[in-house]
Amino acid sequence: MSGITRRTWLTAGSASAVAGLAARMGAGDDHANHPTRKWEQVSPREVIRRRHLPNVELITQDGKSVHFYDDLVKDKMVLINFMYAHCEKICPTMTANLAHVQKMLPERIGHDIFMYSISLKPEEDTPEVLKEYAKMHGAGPGWLFLTGKPEDIETLRRSLGFTSPDAEEDADKSNHIGMIRIGNEPMLRWSACPAEIRPQGIITTILAEADDPLIGPASETGTAAATAK
Amino acid sequence: MANQRDIANARKNRLEIIKAGLTRRDLFKMGLLTSAGYLIQKNGLSAWAQSCAAGSCQPGCSPLIPPFLDPLYIPPVVPSRPLTDPAFKLAPQQCPHNTINPAINRPYEGRGQYDGVLRTGKDCFQYFHRYPPQVYFVQRLRANHNFRITSDTSIPVQTIWGFNQGGSDPAMVPGPTIVTHYQRPFLVRRFNELPPQAQNGGFGVPEVSPHLHNYHSGPESDGGPCRFFFRGQFYDYYHTGQQAGFSTTPFSPTGDVRESLGSLWYHDHRKDHTAENTYKGMAGFQVNFNQFDTGDEGTGFRLPSFPEYDIPLLLADKLVDPGTGLLCFDTFGFDGLVGDVQLVNGKVQPFQDVSARRYRFRVLDTGPSRFYELHLTDPRNPSTRIYFWVIGNDGNLLPKPFLTDMIRMGPAERFDIVIDFARLQKQFGVSVLNLENRLLQTDGRAPKSVLPGGQGTVCMQFRIGAAVPDGSLDPMKGGMTFYQLPPTTTVVPRITRTFNFNRKNGQWQINGRGLDSCADIRFTVQRGAPEKWILINTSGGWQHPVHIHTEEFQILSRDGNVPTMGERSRKDVCRLQFNERVELMIRFRDFLGDYPMHCHNVVHEDHNMMMLWQIGTVGDNNTAP
Repeated sequence: MSGITRRTWLTAGSASAVAGLAARMGAGDDHANHPTRKWEQVSPREVIRRRHLPNVELITQDGKSVHFYDDLVKDKMVLINFMYAHCEKICPTMTANLAHVQKMLPERIGHDIFMYSISLKPEEDTPEVLKEYAKMHGAGPGWLFLTGKPEDIETLRRSLGFTSPDAEEDADKSNHIGMIRIGNEPMLRWSACPAEIRPQGIITTILAEADDPLIGPASETGTAAATAK
Repeated sequence: MANQRDIANARKNRLEIIKAGLTRRDLFKMGLLTSAGYLIQKNGLSAWAQSCAAGSCQPGCSPLIPPFLDPLYIPPVVPSRPLTDPAFKLAPQQCPHNTINPAINRPYEGRGQYDGVLRTGKDCFQYFHRYPPQVYFVQRLRANHNFRITSDTSIPVQTIWGFNQGGSDPAMVPGPTIVTHYQRPFLVRRFNELPPQAQNGGFGVPEVSPHLHNYHSGPESDGGPCRFFFRGQFYDYYHTGQQAGFSTTPFSPTGDVRESLGSLWYHDHRKDHTAENTYKGMAGFQVNFNQFDTGDEGTGFRLPSFPEYDIPLLLADKLVDPGTGLLCFDTFGFDGLVGDVQLVNGKVQPFQDVSARRYRFRVLDTGPSRFYELHLTDPRNPSTRIYFWVIGNDGNLLPKPFLTDMIRMGPAERFDIVIDFARLQKQFGVSVLNLENRLLQTDGRAPKSVLPGGQGTVCMQFRIGAAVPDGSLDPMKGGMTFYQLPPTTTVVPRITRTFNFNRKNGQWQINGRGLDSCADIRFTVQRGAPEKWILINTSGGWQHPVHIHTEEFQILSRDGNVPTMGERSRKDVCRLQFNERVELMIRFRDFLGDYPMHCHNVVHEDHNMMMLWQIGTVGDNNTAP
């Protein structure tokens, strides 16, 4: 809608904003064509970043401070899940599956595919706790366990879609979403697979997502060669 | 038309809403907005301005688009082509063209690939020499960067990825209609000319597997989740053109005519990405005729003639980013997507000028997740019950037409209906009728409630004109029958299997497991032998339209009750409403190989609510696979 930014909307209690709004909604507008609206020119990659990939500050199990988008996701292929150290329900299977994935893809994990497990209980899960957890599950380099400020973790959880539409279920951390988000950030390719499927399934899904043989700015008429024969 | 007082009053009400600080989303949740985003008429409110942040992609946030600006788009019919057409330089053959195309370092033909990996010698066409193709079609999957969902020029052009008619013509949404006839085997060659991944505009992947829903096909031609092919390749889809049962007595060689399919659709089915691809435009109709359902109202069952009076209606609900004005799809969701922009045949709430006579409409809910309850509504008297005929369910003609004032549909279901505009015009004095969805649904879980007439979403508007000659039969005169249902009561199933559709920590599962991978084939049915399948919805607050490939089933009971009139039919999508238990009879004939069963809320499907099974010469005894 022309001219209405988030900021304008948030101050809509003010008389001038309301008057402006009314004027724009004014004359015979119920079903009329609107005058030309002003649309944002923003890249699709940026739209995804703004909607889903906040640049919140996190701390790794080694105590290192990182920014989620800039340091962990930008230009990378990523696997993201949520857990917490004392989660007893799905986390054991989930973490074991991920450990298996890492073991089976040593040349990829930490090189071009990065694994991030984010704690849902940042108050309990200090870097030391997470480091111990990682060690206990046989996690190797290239797999980060992350904690941070509770409000930042919550922002991240919501932005990444790890929510339930049922408010009660959403508030219950022991029933948290057990999906693994798989993303190829520069390729604008995002999907997710259940964390409890057999690890070989997770691996084939990841490789299918990672290894598009035709990545790259091939021309749209590049198939002329195929049809010409 | 609103008068000055109405406008002023409405504006006053809107200002009060602004002052109260209610967001559009709040209003949506409070049921004060129709699913198309208009404030409901009842309270004297009316359309009002956007409030969501740029980049939002959720119901209640799309920019407002006026209805009834565009006439209904009727997709053209894909022309058949001779084998001399340059597209068939590499002639179609029983087994795939595995030779490597040096330009892409992959085989010329995508058939034979499974989960992206070539399996030489596999996926040859079953029965190819017994029923050699007689008709050939070509389609090209490509981007169209100049697609309009509305002629309101304040909404920008969209980029869609979809199907064309095989030439240099642009891809359209819906894709063009493929028309086929039983006993005329056919082959469709599809070229993947989609853009590279990074040019997807935010969603969509350029490997595809178009599925013909729900033709009786071998897995090599069915378009399943694991048989996707890549940019630069083509894939030949061959169909015998015979009804189920064609390979054995008593129905060989043409199959059981009672198993005739009519209204089909083709759409992408690529594992993990079906929702975004189908949403992005990869969907179109296929209409299948035979000696009874002929497409000519002077012959056979004498149903309204195709194409003038036999019209596909593809329903789709979309979301538009209020910042960019572009179609958006949130690839980060698990529960399902409902839109607040209602399209029919690719345009926002169109109108259609119809003559005062009978029309056949093939109504399809393309999803991704919305359920519909469709009524005909007289806008001057919205509570009047207006009746129409249902003649088909999921593309299958019923034993006989039945009269109803509403149809309830889930994603992927089809209903063939006959509306007698002449009779309705006379009976109610109407010249305008709205096809209205009265089911309120605010998220991807399930519908919430049925709204009163006039307060739902108008999908499209029929404007009735002058009478013209009508050569079709009038169902009101009685005696109109189609096919008898193949018997179920005298059939003894070889095995009974139970499937629980559940959710665990957001993961979608069937019998406690989501689809692991393309190698995860969970059970084997015995070719030709009937089975009883029990589908149970144990997922709590979600509803699931469950789809089984390859053959149609019949519902034996729903929660212990005999099926209603509308469900006494062959079907391929079974709506599982809250906590329901449905028993059905099914069997799989003629072909061998692997197929899926899955929820057709495609967001659930992509988060692994799918199961692969196979048809073998010997079946297993796994009752809870």
